Amino acid sequence: MPRYQVNSAASQGLWTCHGCGLLCRVGKTQADRASCCPRCGAGLHRRKPHSLQYAWAFLLAAIVCYIPANLMPIMLTEMLSGTQRDTIMSGVAYLWRNGSWPLALVVFIASVLVPLLKILSMLLLLLTVHWRSRWAPRQRTRLYRLLEVVGPWSMLDIYVVGLLVALVQLQSLATIKAGPGAVAFGAVVVLTMLSAMHFDPRLIWDVFEDDDERQASAAND
Amino acid sequence: MSDKPLPQTTDEHDSATGADDPRSPDGVPLAVARPARPGRWSPSLVWLIPLVAALIGGYLAVQAILARGPTITITFRSGEGLEAGKTRIKYKDVDIGEVTAVRISPDSKNIEATAQLSKEAERFLARDSRFWIVRPRIAGGSVSGLGTLLSGAYVGMDAGKSSEMSQHFTGLDVPPIITGDLPGRQFVLKASELGSLDIGAPVYFRRVPVGQVVAYQLDRNGRNVDITVFVNAPYDRFVTADSRFWHASGIDLSVSANGLKVNTQSLSAIMLGGVAFETPVAPDEGKQAGAGATFTLSNTREQAMQSPDHEVVPLQLKFQQSVRGLAVGAPVDFRGIVIGEVTAIGMEYDAPRKDFNMLVTIRIFPSRLISMSSNLDETRLHQLKLDKMVEHGMRAQLRSGSLLTGQLFVALDFFRDAKPARLGRSQGMDVLPTIPGDLEELQGVLQRIARKLDKVPFDSIGQELDATIKELHATLGTVQQLGNSLDGKVVPQTLQTLQQLQQTLDNANQALQSNSPLQQDVRKAAQEVSETARSFRALSDYLDRHPEALIRGKQESKP
Repeated sequence: MPRYQVNSAASQGLWTCHGCGLLCRVGKTQADRASCCPRCGAGLHRRKPHSLQYAWAFLLAAIVCYIPANLMPIMLTEMLSGTQRDTIMSGVAYLWRNGSWPLALVVFIASVLVPLLKILSMLLLLLTVHWRSRWAPRQRTRLYRLLEVVGPWSMLDIYVVGLLVALVQLQSLATIKAGPGAVAFGAVVVLTMLSAMHFDPRLIWDVFEDDDERQASAAND
Repeated sequence: MSDKPLPQTTDEHDSATGADDPRSPDGVPLAVARPARPGRWSPSLVWLIPLVAALIGGYLAVQAILARGPTITITFRSGEGLEAGKTRIKYKDVDIGEVTAVRISPDSKNIEATAQLSKEAERFLARDSRFWIVRPRIAGGSVSGLGTLLSGAYVGMDAGKSSEMSQHFTGLDVPPIITGDLPGRQFVLKASELGSLDIGAPVYFRRVPVGQVVAYQLDRNGRNVDITVFVNAPYDRFVTADSRFWHASGIDLSVSANGLKVNTQSLSAIMLGGVAFETPVAPDEGKQAGAGATFTLSNTREQAMQSPDHEVVPLQLKFQQSVRGLAVGAPVDFRGIVIGEVTAIGMEYDAPRKDFNMLVTIRIFPSRLISMSSNLDETRLHQLKLDKMVEHGMRAQLRSGSLLTGQLFVALDFFRDAKPARLGRSQGMDVLPTIPGDLEELQGVLQRIARKLDKVPFDSIGQELDATIKELHATLGTVQQLGNSLDGKVVPQTLQTLQQLQQTLDNANQALQSNSPLQQDVRKAAQEVSETARSFRALSDYLDRHPEALIRGKQESKP
């Protein structure tokens, strides 16, 4: 197992304020108690408060929403020929069948694969933190960064549907409406973003800090 | 990692904000302790989000499962216009499902369409529910399904009435004209031919379209066409057991003393055919006909309005003469009233006579006799036994309907002086005795005359005539000679005589004139005569008084 330098501020009893970024010293005895920033008065926490709980909650909500997002139509096209309900996968299948497979691939990746991978990645991060895994912490932090970067971009579908809904309103001839799937899909994107936002990547490293402390105490003994 | 830079930066911050902050030994500001809020158990709130999501998701899932209707398969002959995932199933134009798969049936003869129906469609799936593909159609004078030109075909549905449910259906080839819930009644019309009728052809009542032809089929033995018509609800009460139906398809053109008369139902009926019906008895009086009642479809209104011929008596006639001009369908007539028709014409070998009989089968409708003689009710008609009638001279006769066309018809009548005959029986039919027709009799008479004429010795007559004529000719010559001599001798003498006669007459005339001397002489003579007579009278008077004067002579009168 690689040895990481974990001489962190937290281990020195130094916390940063979430509000103004002031580094504060929190006494060892005060560690369990609530304290606030001497400059802006915001509450001080060693790590993001309830990080795992929030991340889990949002992630679970996202997982729940992922099912209707893929099963329910995201776009209702009402034409003279009747109403057509398109789910994401039916759109992908349509594009694939009609030969525009690059576009099908783009839609598939952006709308199905990326949200799924986001959910899976979050699951991985949360589970590893829970299990205090020491496995590949650097890669996991990189994954987390990627998650944060990619997050807003998977709203592509919603963006397209929104544009179409705004543009194609010919009333009697053709109307496009956003289906219930679009809401679910938007919820998935937002919830995964929230989940990622609440996740504190420092938790990945805390396990190594504990190791250090244990080693230090062992050395002291 | 070094701690050194940190105190410096915090120093600057602290000096800017306030100096009374407690500071840690290394210059880092100390956090301000604050009392922990008791009982603050925040985690519960955030879990509401997945809970709500799960609830909504669960609700949607439950709803989807609950709303999931039955899946049915429909077998169509052709899959034209069917598209999986696109073709809708509509009941009264309301979407109730969608075709989810279209495939060829295992026997590769038909198309099997699998359809997912909505929940509320479940109760429509009776065994006799009907499905058909709605496409643009032009039929029965109307265009239907135009909407499908743009939207594509859809599957129409008509809910059945059966209590038995089913999941497998056979699609119709053509949309049904009448949907199951349309109020009205169906009737069956028996026709000898379909004519120009088609499904969707209108049914008229007093030229108001009140229904449609919904189906037709040949009956089992192929003798009739069974035409099913549907009469819409408020009008079906006009169909009574007494109603008459007829083909309203054609143009009825008649020439009468009033001029040319064209009688039609409507233009569309001419183009597409149609059926009209009428009820001779007021509809309120007659008993309404039940659904599915059977009627006879006549060809014309006249035919239809004749009394219905419930009773049909087939008869056989044997003619020994030619039946040329007699056609199947020719009328059988009783003193000018059509009481039947010819149904078949054949012939049979009559062994004893060593000749052929022309076998004519007719059928007569005795009820027509009843309807036309109103005081004769049906029971009495039965007393009019055919054999009795034959005893009284009832015979069949072929008569010429028209000398121009040579059409024949069969006439029944009483011939008192006919040879006595009896009603025969052959092949289960009564055989009515026949007598030769008028024309036939005339023919016989003419033949006899011709035969007699044939016997006249025209040759010798001719020769004699010739000799006579020659003699006559000679006589005429003599006569001419005589004439000529008369001309030469007699005529001048005659003329002379005449002239002398004229003279004589002139003289006579002169003599007879009043102022002629002869006349005066005559007058004078006459006066003399009368005077003489007077003196004679005086003499006779005197003698009467004095007869002695004859002896003594006239005495002197004494004063």
